Amino acid sequence: MKPSLDSKPRLAPGCRLGENNSQRVLLMPERALRLNGPSLEIVSRCDGTRTVAQIVGELQKLYAKAEPARVEQDVLGYLGLLNDQRALDFQ
Amino acid sequence: MSTIPHPLALVCELTHRCPLHCVYCSNPRDLAARNSELNTETWTSVFRQAAEIGVLQADFTGGEPLARTDIVELVRAARSAGLYVSLITSGLPLDEAKLDALIVAGLDHFQLSFQSSTEKIAEEISRTKTHSQKLRVLEWLKSRRLGVTLNFVLHRHNLHQMDAMLAIAESSSASRIEFANVQYYGWGFANRDLLLPTRQQLDDFMAKVKSAEERLRGKIRVEYVVSDYYAKYPKPCMGGWGRKVMLIAPNGEALPCHAAKVIPGLRFETAKKKPLREIWAQRAAFKSFRANP
Repeated sequence: MKPSLDSKPRLAPGCRLGENNSQRVLLMPERALRLNGPSLEIVSRCDGTRTVAQIVGELQKLYAKAEPARVEQDVLGYLGLLNDQRALDFQ
Repeated sequence: MSTIPHPLALVCELTHRCPLHCVYCSNPRDLAARNSELNTETWTSVFRQAAEIGVLQADFTGGEPLARTDIVELVRAARSAGLYVSLITSGLPLDEAKLDALIVAGLDHFQLSFQSSTEKIAEEISRTKTHSQKLRVLEWLKSRRLGVTLNFVLHRHNLHQMDAMLAIAESSSASRIEFANVQYYGWGFANRDLLLPTRQQLDDFMAKVKSAEERLRGKIRVEYVVSDYYAKYPKPCMGGWGRKVMLIAPNGEALPCHAAKVIPGLRFETAKKKPLREIWAQRAAFKSFRANP
């Protein structure tokens, strides 16, 4: 699924950020994803207030050395993946 | 020297007591008695120790975990220890007030098991009338913010009901469906001849589950595991013996697998006496079949 730019992602019920031995993780039913670098930057912005477009913009600023179109593609890809795992809801 | 992996999940068999009497129960055939069960305090210590050695998730199971009168306290204790808490339940004994208390205590995920899509087969399998209660629980869950999984246990007598099972899931708030074949150990092994599906049943099911997975992508995560009896190769036990999961039996025994006790010659330590860290890293039961990474 490709998330629309004006939707607002937030963690789905049963999903939350956690931490163990200073490793941040996304906890979800029967699964946990390690979050590092960009993945942590993306997930921590899925708070139901920011739109996908805003998250893309913030990541483009954060990774200013990377090609902006590439950053957008990666963010959308990752959000789509999390949606397929049912870790996100889009409002 | 290779490093020992962290356990990620702690399967907590809080009790072997259960209002249902499913013919495929994977509990051992010599069930632990109520007076041998760990108390609230010991479980609380087990949760803390588990979090310290890297465990992320506690799966409360049984028997029926709701049969523990201290279930709300146990959820609170596991969550306070920093664990993600799943309740794997038949949905009774439960009312809305208890459900709310569990959520307030920090329950993350509610996994409701189904024996069938119909009352008749569910009753034949579990020897109890529970199906309508499960449907009631699904209604309660709709208005609450909680992860929900429906777990359908599959065998010869219900594999043909897959469409109806999917319909139940789609009308609920579940974000995940688990189609789980009966695990043929414990009581399931004893009743194997009555439960094993035919090859044809399984092939039909596999075709249907693949199309359901496609159709529900982005709405409901569909998960299924082929039974070892029909797989090309058997799966690694517990995703790798002593690599991901530690199971604590109702009496405190720490096991690498639900059925580990049937293996002759292995000795099991109890969490009442030994620290989890030591049991996981050094004790023979966990080391014996732990493959090198």
